[in-house]
Amino acid sequence: MSLFQRIRYSIFPGTLGPVKDRLDYRRFFNSLFLHFRPRTIPERTLRFTLTWGLGGMAVVLILLLFGTGILMKFVYQPFPDKAYASILHLQRDVLFGQFVRNIHHWSANILLVVVFLHFLRVFFTGAFHPPRQFNWVIGFCLFLTVLMSNFTGYLLPWDQLSFWAITICTGMLEYIPGVGLWLQRLIRGGSEVGVATLSNFYAIHTAILPALLITFMPFHFWRVRKAGGLVIPRSPEEDSEIPGEAVPGIPNLILREVVTALVLMALILMISAFFNAPLESKANPGLSPNPTKAPWYFVGFQEILLHLHPLMALFLIPVLMIVALVSIPYIQYLSSTEGVWFASVAGRRSARYAAILALVATPCGILLDEYLIDFAAWMPELSPAISDGLIPFIIILAVTFGIYLLLKRSHSANKNESVQIIFVFFLIAFIILTITGIWFRGSGMRLVWPWAV
Amino acid sequence: MTKKTNEKTVKPEKTRRNFLTWIWFGLGTLALIEFGGVVIAYLRPGKRQKKSAELGAIIDAGRVESFALNSATAFVRGKFYLCRLEDGGFLAVSRKCTHLGCTVPWLNKEKKFACPCHGSAFDIRGEVINSPATRALDIYHLFIENRMVKVDTGKQIKRSGFRADQVVYPKKVKA
Repeated sequence: MSLFQRIRYSIFPGTLGPVKDRLDYRRFFNSLFLHFRPRTIPERTLRFTLTWGLGGMAVVLILLLFGTGILMKFVYQPFPDKAYASILHLQRDVLFGQFVRNIHHWSANILLVVVFLHFLRVFFTGAFHPPRQFNWVIGFCLFLTVLMSNFTGYLLPWDQLSFWAITICTGMLEYIPGVGLWLQRLIRGGSEVGVATLSNFYAIHTAILPALLITFMPFHFWRVRKAGGLVIPRSPEEDSEIPGEAVPGIPNLILREVVTALVLMALILMISAFFNAPLESKANPGLSPNPTKAPWYFVGFQEILLHLHPLMALFLIPVLMIVALVSIPYIQYLSSTEGVWFASVAGRRSARYAAILALVATPCGILLDEYLIDFAAWMPELSPAISDGLIPFIIILAVTFGIYLLLKRSHSANKNESVQIIFVFFLIAFIILTITGIWFRGSGMRLVWPWAV
Repeated sequence: MTKKTNEKTVKPEKTRRNFLTWIWFGLGTLALIEFGGVVIAYLRPGKRQKKSAELGAIIDAGRVESFALNSATAFVRGKFYLCRLEDGGFLAVSRKCTHLGCTVPWLNKEKKFACPCHGSAFDIRGEVINSPATRALDIYHLFIENRMVKVDTGKQIKRSGFRADQVVYPKKVKA
């Protein structure tokens, strides 16, 4: 053998010997690909409309974020007096600097949407029943990690938008009973958003959260493999035990994944070429913009905060949400509805009704509270935590429970469908709140039409 | 559902091994908690903060006569407003809204602080006149020396509401 051949076979020992036919990829990529992708997969899971490729898209976006993030680490300076200037420098003087920043910005925001849709897909296809229960929890932790990455990254440009969004978001922490003020000082690195805050957020954003992602992502993927791959899609009447024909992963799965990844990357690059990441004027601690809003993904909570006392909006409700979401797989369901979109035919119907009811009830609630209701003024003898917090909270729970019972009875929903009804109701309500907060809140946080924002 | 076995089911006895294992886990947990505590103590803002608060914390705002009655003068360096009430008394109020921390501007025409973030409003004494804020603006310790108004920005005082004894009055000038 020549020197070249000896080197080549030392790197790719599996390629020693003749390649029998073009489909003999297996030997070619023996050492690498077989560990990443399954050797065979059920043919029915190849269908794009099963997962819409969302999980894979999330991976691609995270890789883009790592790449562009690392590139920016060479230019960005994490100090309040230098950060903004370093970003201007990146955008104006560094070759493709603006492009890199744009890719980072759009990938980050699209990633949040993608992982959220992925989370919805997993729920609605019932891919959390045993043996996938714990993977749901891991996925939820990943979701929180991505959310925190968006949040900590938001501060880094140190412009008016960043500074004040983070000021009010960390300002919300003080309303957590007991540890709130301590937590706020710990995260801010002091009593105000300043030098220490930027250092902390930079360390968290570029080191701690990537480390967590790199730890939990493989765990998440491995759990999918261990569960035998994706859920097998089926129509509600079909039996659940038929996996169907198995086809080789290479090329069937690989080709589809690569195509999805390339199309996504092309879209991101095109968007990044035409739309710049926002950058307002440099942060001025003496001037708060009007209105000052949290990042779009937290605006739902800010909207709740405008209606309910901070103790409810910033502590009780988030805690209940997290507890409820994490425990979804651990409810004892009668049967596994995995692979069936919206659990069943009845499930699809009741989910539709739940969505419509939420679509109507949420704006009504918002308008009622904005213009008609003022519990604090009607019951001044009660503490605001009760009149503006506990009482409206109980009313909301009562209304929701009433709607839940109504739908459950009229559709004779089983446990799977009942959980889905509640999930859909709160999901639509939260989306409406977020939409209101982004497009219907203007100066002084008053309700306005979107064109007046 | 428990299976009924014919043999006597043996309960795990409290052996020496179990006891030592239990001790290992206990000590391991303790070590983990301690490690967590050390990490948090490392990250906590502490002495660094206090030092900067002592140096140059006392600001000379100006002479008593230079402040008009019923006015609020902004001091960017100290992040406060020096308010002179109708009766001549002084209050140094923080510029941070007590709702979520935005900087409140002083509207001289309407004689009130109005927060641009969510619409909280405070009067010249820092009291809440419009929600969502629930707490009056924090105040700084203020004293008057030789007709010079001085504000100690290192001493921020949280208060639930306005009280008459928070106001500092200059000594009456002999006619």
